Amino acid sequence: MRHLLATLAGKAVKTVAKLRGGGSALPGLVAEKIDPNFLPRTLGNLPQGVIVISGTNGKTTTTKMVVELLQGQGLKVFTNRTGSNFTRGVVAAVLGETTIGGKLEADVAVLELDEAHAVHFVKLVAPRYCLLLNVMRDQLDRFGEIETTAGFLRQIAAATTEAVVLNREDPRIAALADSVTADRVLYFGLAPQLRSMFPSDDDMRSGSTSDASARPAADVVLSACEGASATFTVGDRDIDAELKLTGVYNIYNAAAALALARTVVGADVDEDALLESLEAVTPAFGRGESLTVNGKPLDLVLVKNPAGFRLALRSFPPAGFSTMIAINDNYADGRDMSWLWDVDFDSLADAGVAEVSGVRANDMALRLFYEDVPVRHVDTDLSASLQRFIALEPDAPKRIYCTYTAMLALRRELGKLTEVEVVS
Amino acid sequence: MDAPVIDLLQLYPRDMNIYGDWGNVLVLRKRLQLRGYDVRLHEYNPGDTFPDQVDLIVGGGGQDSGQNKIQADLHQLGGRLRELADDGVPMLAICGLYQLFGNFFKTHTGEVIEGIGLLDVDTIGGPKRLIGNTVLESEEFGTVIGYENHSGQTFLKGGTQSLGTVTKGEGNNGQDSTEGARYRNVVASYLHGSLLPKNPAVADFLVRHAALRRHGSFDDAPLEIPFEEQAREDAAARPR
Repeated sequence: MRHLLATLAGKAVKTVAKLRGGGSALPGLVAEKIDPNFLPRTLGNLPQGVIVISGTNGKTTTTKMVVELLQGQGLKVFTNRTGSNFTRGVVAAVLGETTIGGKLEADVAVLELDEAHAVHFVKLVAPRYCLLLNVMRDQLDRFGEIETTAGFLRQIAAATTEAVVLNREDPRIAALADSVTADRVLYFGLAPQLRSMFPSDDDMRSGSTSDASARPAADVVLSACEGASATFTVGDRDIDAELKLTGVYNIYNAAAALALARTVVGADVDEDALLESLEAVTPAFGRGESLTVNGKPLDLVLVKNPAGFRLALRSFPPAGFSTMIAINDNYADGRDMSWLWDVDFDSLADAGVAEVSGVRANDMALRLFYEDVPVRHVDTDLSASLQRFIALEPDAPKRIYCTYTAMLALRRELGKLTEVEVVS
Repeated sequence: MDAPVIDLLQLYPRDMNIYGDWGNVLVLRKRLQLRGYDVRLHEYNPGDTFPDQVDLIVGGGGQDSGQNKIQADLHQLGGRLRELADDGVPMLAICGLYQLFGNFFKTHTGEVIEGIGLLDVDTIGGPKRLIGNTVLESEEFGTVIGYENHSGQTFLKGGTQSLGTVTKGEGNNGQDSTEGARYRNVVASYLHGSLLPKNPAVADFLVRHAALRRHGSFDDAPLEIPFEEQAREDAAARPR
């Protein structure tokens, strides 16, 4: 009865919240308050259980890939699509998909969870599978230290019952194998010649990449990557793929998604369908997605920590593009600006930066000055900056590197000019 | 006529660099270059050979794991660093290195990690992290703006001067309003953000003493750095 009440109350709030615009976590709060067992009961009964995906960088894109790979294998997949990767957001997402009787019509749940909130979640629902991507400096002001974040992920690995998929190239992630109680640990990894493209925070200023000491065998290896063409090595077979994703880090995430999907589906995997699904995946919201403004492409690239920003700059050559950078320091972005000093911006020196914007535009501009990168305009007003950015070079393709809340604001502005899916 | 040289050393850039410490190096180098100096960068990681000629030393914050990696090495280097500090070599020690420049760090489990005693300060692991935008008033440098993120609480001993008095934020220990420590030409602080880009007065103090000690003179003409003042104002106005 309590479960039914929670479902009904949550659904009612969800409808009202939708009418009022936004508020993806509020209905979840209501359902949680009425029935704390709501999640375990709804998700615990799925035939293939729950898959948790966490880590600092690439959660959203990887989750999208895993969902589409599993759908391509004929599974009915539930996922938390609204980007609300906290427990309450998951409850809200579940509410949107349950029947009035409180049953979730799905074979498997694929959930992207924020590292800190995942710990809370796995206490409620033990995941059958988890995929842990990386631990990097991100929002250190929230979690304090990288080791703290690694500790969160360790708890996820320990709570997982069936199989844990780990990034072999991230020493802090690979080390989590010790805590796995599930039967299987699998790895995704990089061929040695690609490792230099993925500097970790630890390698940042020492010029070398982590020592190539014994690495475990990986189930899926990204062995070549050129633009959107990639080769994945699975066992002793090479699989060539033409992807719709750009950016080498997105493509490495594809190796992670492949490793996880193959594990979940097991011996019955349809290899052709897997490749077809993979080649069809388009970037997630704000992760190198391309919009069209005045007939020209405009790419939004989310940046939120030094490693991610460095990889983004490496992945998208600036030649021929007009570039804008928008840096906010709201809670969701992280308030500490130190991270901007740990990114090398010299790749932008030739093309320069047309617009620097956001609350901390002047911090960013000062950073670029010290790297000898020319900047045309600096303006803390995002709306004015965006309008000038689009008006001054109408014929150039454009790229905006932006922090999370800056991206939300820019998408709202862009929504007035083009078709943009606005996520509240 | 070759440009006068300044040898700038980064201490432990591999293990102690998590709070934008490279930013401090970039700013010192640039401010020296703009004044006509040729800057030679040196890195010192555990086990490396310490360079013979050092005019300016910069070191930063690490996580606990990074600090564990460098401790033994730092103890071996301690005598040398104390000599250089006594001799007037300017140094900037941020966050984790600030703690290890002190007498000791006592963790909340009661473990005592010995520092090198270059600064007469004691640090005790606190119950919570002190995190957020921070502003201090310093007699030497005016308003100093940065960002703190530490759980260690540092207490100044034996008349050790602070870098300044906090007007926003917690500072050394959240109790006595002090932030950072000063000794000769050594500046130690919890503030990153990075510290020097938005605090040119501190940067120029370090640069000036490096040049004076090595070359006997320094042209103190102020530099016109774009966005600097505006970035300071923006940062000072942000919520904690």
